[in-house]
Amino acid sequence: MEFLLLLATPVCGAALLGVLGARRWAPELNIGVSLVTFLAACALTARVVTGGPVLVAREQFFIDPFNVFLVTLTAFVGLTTSIFSRPYMRVEVDHRRVSPRRLRLYHSMYQLFMTTMLTALTTNNMGLLWVAMEAATLSTVLLVTLYRTPASLEAGWKYFILCGVGIAQALFGTILLYFAAEKVLGAEGVTALLWTHLNTVKGQLEPTVLGLAFVFLLVGYGTKVGLAPLHNWLPDAHAEGPTPISAVLSGLLLNVAIYAVVRCKVLVEGSLHSALPSRMMMGFGLLSVVLAVFFLWRQRDIKRLFAYSSIEHMGIITFAFGMGGAVANFAALLHMTVHSLTKSAIFFAVGHAAQKAGSQLMENIRGLITLSPTIGWGLMMGSLAILGMPPFGVFASEFLILTTAMREQPWATPILLTALGVAFAAIFGRVQPMVFGETTAKRLPHAPALLPVFAHLAIVLMLGVWIPPYLAEWYRAAARLLGGD
Amino acid sequence: MAGIAFDLQLLNLCASLLLLLSFAMLAQRRIVTLVNLLATQGVLLFVATLLLAWRTGEHHLYLSAFLTLALKVVFLPWLLHRLIRRLEVYWDTEPLLNISGTMLTGVLVVVFAFGLAQPISALANTATRNAIGIAVAVVLLSFVTMITRRKAMSQVVGFLSMENGLFFGAMSATYGMPMIVEFGVALDVLVAVLVLGIFFFQIREQFDSLDLHHLESLREREPDAGRQVRPFEEN
Repeated sequence: MEFLLLLATPVCGAALLGVLGARRWAPELNIGVSLVTFLAACALTARVVTGGPVLVAREQFFIDPFNVFLVTLTAFVGLTTSIFSRPYMRVEVDHRRVSPRRLRLYHSMYQLFMTTMLTALTTNNMGLLWVAMEAATLSTVLLVTLYRTPASLEAGWKYFILCGVGIAQALFGTILLYFAAEKVLGAEGVTALLWTHLNTVKGQLEPTVLGLAFVFLLVGYGTKVGLAPLHNWLPDAHAEGPTPISAVLSGLLLNVAIYAVVRCKVLVEGSLHSALPSRMMMGFGLLSVVLAVFFLWRQRDIKRLFAYSSIEHMGIITFAFGMGGAVANFAALLHMTVHSLTKSAIFFAVGHAAQKAGSQLMENIRGLITLSPTIGWGLMMGSLAILGMPPFGVFASEFLILTTAMREQPWATPILLTALGVAFAAIFGRVQPMVFGETTAKRLPHAPALLPVFAHLAIVLMLGVWIPPYLAEWYRAAARLLGGD
Repeated sequence: MAGIAFDLQLLNLCASLLLLLSFAMLAQRRIVTLVNLLATQGVLLFVATLLLAWRTGEHHLYLSAFLTLALKVVFLPWLLHRLIRRLEVYWDTEPLLNISGTMLTGVLVVVFAFGLAQPISALANTATRNAIGIAVAVVLLSFVTMITRRKAMSQVVGFLSMENGLFFGAMSATYGMPMIVEFGVALDVLVAVLVLGIFFFQIREQFDSLDLHHLESLREREPDAGRQVRPFEEN
């Protein structure tokens, strides 16, 4: 019941906003739909926490400790982003960057995007997972090009083609997975792609085929994660789309893509009994971290800066999942949570800051602290949090990842530490003059929504200091599920 | 007995024609012909699926055959032709690599594809296992097509042909994916082309051309080489 509500709400919301999305109260409707989705997610979580994993709709959908926390996180960030987008998009309309009519497309696609992500997270069918991931790309392409500027069209095209080709590789991987599974689970085709069934027979799946499948799946879904060298679409799509979309792309879509990779990894590892999937993920992860950090130095556009920071963090998470084991999985899950909360909070602050300055170029954004102390502090705290300063949650997860790396993969530790240090210098050096310093910018016509920024940062702070016992238990259960000892 | 061998031969014929068409696409510069080649690929897929359905008696294959017919033979080519007429893009410019170079690359790609498909074919117990290599080759050749083309429209044709290759691969390795997945994939392809249609008009409105070299300013070069200060348009 809660599950039906969870998926049906955004679908109905998308249809409704497709008709009414240009009305004056459409942003409020958007918030309302997101709120109902979030409440449904909470109810579902409560049910899974008390009653254990559930299977719905002839086992086509399932909710276990691993995906239920991502579902809640997705619904939560979806809600806060819709709150943020209300004043933000109004300012954009006032600035004539979008016509009020185009907001219909925006609101409708926003809800559709939420649907595809929630479907990808909850589906038990590896094929449907692919379908939902591709649909997530399609629903955001037109959002990235919302402003119709040459740069945004280019970003949209790149996003479409790169992710389209990438995801085609994942389809091939899925076909291979089905090919291997069909031999064990029978050709009826009903159960052979269901993750829960695959998970029980993963030891009998043909290792050569699954090894090959994993290469394609990792490359395919890895493109969506933004792993180097397939990350090219990510900074463009983040920088050129409206900021609420940057926030959900960075905070949510990348998480969902990582989720897909990890689901595949669990199966392949069970079949291969070798370290191949782990090594590949660690390699891609480290490469992304290093490459992203290099590019951080060269950025002038504030949204591109934080987009590269997302690539860096996705690299860290992929590396941690690659290491495997209870602690690393726990840390990676925690890092997914805190990264998505912090990064979306940063994008909220950045969005308002860029609107105030009338430019996304960092040299034009100055003196946020005198102009609007809350935005300034929001950006400052967010940056400190994402850079892994204690007592924020990112510190806790990065600390866990680094200490595990020291024990399990000592060679990788210096690379990671150096990268984190360089990233700190690059981002902090840029944010500092933007927050402090002289300014001449004027006030915004609509009061910015800063509640989401501080709500996110407060949760991240709390996770750094104290993880509530039920949440910790939940992370541990998920880590166990992923093959931790 | 001869009959069984005959329909298998027909299937293999379809497979080799598919490969031939991929090569033709690689060389073709006229976009209208490119779309026609894509439609022909669709016809071959339809015939192959139908043959396979008749041979194995799997009912869902009939359904997926007619889905292919409706989507890949009728609807998508019609939509693409319409787009071509409305946007007036008839020719692609000289590909990045000349034709003979592209063809040679194509041959190497096919050799690689068969190498890649070998372990899979060895394990498959379907009648069409020999076609798996061809399916992989079609996918990779479409990939080459996409890389070497400049016009957005030819890249899209390459993209769709890649999807055809994947579909054929799924069919020859496992007699098709579960129906629900196939419907999902078909829906995605359909939506993708519709989104692209809208998208093309946006590109066109902005640049007055569908040539992709307009879309090359967002690069990581020297920080200020590519783009100028982009102030918000406040008027």
